[in-house]
Amino acid sequence: MIRRVYLDNNATTPVFPEVLEAMRPYFGDCFGNASSIHHHGQETRAAVERSRQSVAGLLGSRASEIVFTSGGTEADNLAIFGLARSGDHVIASTVEHHAVLNACKHLGVMGCEITYVPVDGRGLVDPADVKRALRANTKLITIMLANNETGVLEPVEEIGKIAGEADVYFHTDAVQAAGKIAIDVKKIGCDLLTISGHKFHGPQGAGALYVRKGTALEPMLYGGSHERSRRAGTENVPGIVGLGKAAELAVAGSKRVADLRMDDAMDDQTMVGARDRLERELLEIEATGLNGEGGPRVPNTTNIYFDGIDGEALVIALDLKGLAVSTGAACSSGAIEPSHVLLAMGLRPDRAKASLRFSLGKQNRAEDIDFALEVIPRTVARLRELSPLWSKIAVSH
Amino acid sequence: MSGGVDSSAVAAMLRAEGHNVIGLTMQLWNQRRLAGHEGMPETVQGRCCSIDDVYDARRVAETLGIPYYVVNHEERFERDVVRPFVEEYLAGRTPIPCSLCNNHLKFDQLLIVAQQIGADKIATGHYAQVVLDEPAGRWLLKRPADRSKDQTYFLFGLTQEQLSRTLFPLGGMTKPEVRELARKHQLVIAEKPDSQEICFVPGGDYKRFLEAYLTEQGDTPADVGGEMVTTDGKVIGEHAGVHNFTVGQRKGLGVATGSPLYVIQINHDTRQVVVGKDEQLYSRTLRARRVNLISAAELREPMRVAVKIRHKHQPAAATIESSGPDEVLVTFDEPQRALTPGQAAVFYDGDIVVGGGWIEPS
Repeated sequence: MIRRVYLDNNATTPVFPEVLEAMRPYFGDCFGNASSIHHHGQETRAAVERSRQSVAGLLGSRASEIVFTSGGTEADNLAIFGLARSGDHVIASTVEHHAVLNACKHLGVMGCEITYVPVDGRGLVDPADVKRALRANTKLITIMLANNETGVLEPVEEIGKIAGEADVYFHTDAVQAAGKIAIDVKKIGCDLLTISGHKFHGPQGAGALYVRKGTALEPMLYGGSHERSRRAGTENVPGIVGLGKAAELAVAGSKRVADLRMDDAMDDQTMVGARDRLERELLEIEATGLNGEGGPRVPNTTNIYFDGIDGEALVIALDLKGLAVSTGAACSSGAIEPSHVLLAMGLRPDRAKASLRFSLGKQNRAEDIDFALEVIPRTVARLRELSPLWSKIAVSH
Repeated sequence: MSGGVDSSAVAAMLRAEGHNVIGLTMQLWNQRRLAGHEGMPETVQGRCCSIDDVYDARRVAETLGIPYYVVNHEERFERDVVRPFVEEYLAGRTPIPCSLCNNHLKFDQLLIVAQQIGADKIATGHYAQVVLDEPAGRWLLKRPADRSKDQTYFLFGLTQEQLSRTLFPLGGMTKPEVRELARKHQLVIAEKPDSQEICFVPGGDYKRFLEAYLTEQGDTPADVGGEMVTTDGKVIGEHAGVHNFTVGQRKGLGVATGSPLYVIQINHDTRQVVVGKDEQLYSRTLRARRVNLISAAELREPMRVAVKIRHKHQPAAATIESSGPDEVLVTFDEPQRALTPGQAAVFYDGDIVVGGGWIEPS
């Protein structure tokens, strides 16, 4: 067996042992339908509501403002399609995740108007652009908190203020921020906020949408009156319990509470240090650069271009050596497409295709960074040796 | 790995022989891109790069326990295969996209990726053989055991460097044997039908494809219309575009005369389609340009060979001689019907591919 190091935690993270333990009973003895009136239902209902409290704790909201979903994509879609109606105007950024971008694209088909505000070279939206984009019929602003590819943090508090003054709904996709930085929905001033459990050591298939009290949200799924009629369907109890536990651990991690077996996990400072070391040493390789330089970022992400490299080949070559990283977004076949985020930041297409994302998780260790720093430079050198593109670049250097 | 029987069998064979095998599928064309355009089918059932094929390839890789990746070469495929395909038709030629794909994608881009990720060689499911001629120090391309599947016609452009890094493990097998091998390895695709048509042209209707593609590009093929003339220069009608014709074509000319008429020549500059009688389609010589020689580095003196002028052509006896840089004059023993610009002339010495070039208008 080859050694495998995982630095693709923005794609997904391993479930923490504590999370798995918390979920386990709900695959076994505690199997009740949370809507049932008997003992079994009461048992799982209690678990679901405890998790709701935990998620509310992570976001600084009330428990009743949390709607459990199947994940980030569903939460984004619920926020967008739950509010926008034909004739409405919606503002989004050009660097949103596809869960938001493609939902907005479909809003266009439904008869909504969409304005996509640009980002600068650092990947940042200018709040003044958002303000200028406002119209009389603007219903919703949806701009992400942290970008999945660069980790860059958008100025959501300023945008929240603009939305509040204009009396327009504000949704933020916080999938890549939750569990990495402290989130407070009141401070942000958002009406809706998306999170996804598996991005912070919870299970896949469990996410949540914060919906501020009083928001007139229409459901997407019709059925029973689950989730206060905002999301019909029997609750995914094990997933929700896992999400709740992951939320508790995230809160505890940032407060450094000792008794949660978190001493094993990387704290924020260690993670920033590890990420920065990786970044610094990779940038020492000739003809490389940091994407999103100058913007505030989450602690775990760095996105670097290696000129003259086909990012796709580099990802494959590294995977065959045991290092898991990623580039751009995969299309339906699994092939890689040039990142719309990097292109929106003004990167040349060849540079966008030469970019890799490294994202750390709390399970990573300093040795993982050592391993990455051992294999990446020589793999980059080998690829460049065989790259027709690099021979041209190298000549001009 | 296309998700078909041949490349899947190759993966199974090499794996069974103990090689360290990595599966790669090239994503070349988005089949949904032109779906619903200009009379193109709404639903996608194309054979190339469809999601179903990628699923199949992935399942085969999983069955064999090999790492598997999809690599995106859509941009290069459009630039080096699709656009030239469209331009050739608009220029009154009949292109062979499979050769372009072999030359520019499979044995170029894919080979680079393979080397970059640490592989020594690429193996494909082509029916052909590569052997090293040690005394001559050259890699030879040879016809396969299963003549009915011979794909050497599409591989004449391979260089020595490319051949030295290529394996064609099916070269010694027949198609039924390949299917049997796939069954033996319990590959899900063992009974999958063979693909026939040009992979990115659904249903084989290239005219619809051209129109849909040009419309998508904001271009119209309208300006390639012109006159239809007889071999003695008499105008007998008009046509909507040179891309609708192929040398030797009889149907769909849109003119009615007493005797059957055939397309003899397509003149790009004047946009004239020249029609005439069947016997006027025959000629004894052709010029092959952009020639690639495989079995020898150069053609010092005239050589007796058999020449194939289209994939399904029975090779015909001919003499080849150099007639300029990268150019070869082919003189057939017997006149050959419908020498078609855009197609390849491939030279054979028995089973060995001597080389080949592109047929130019005479």
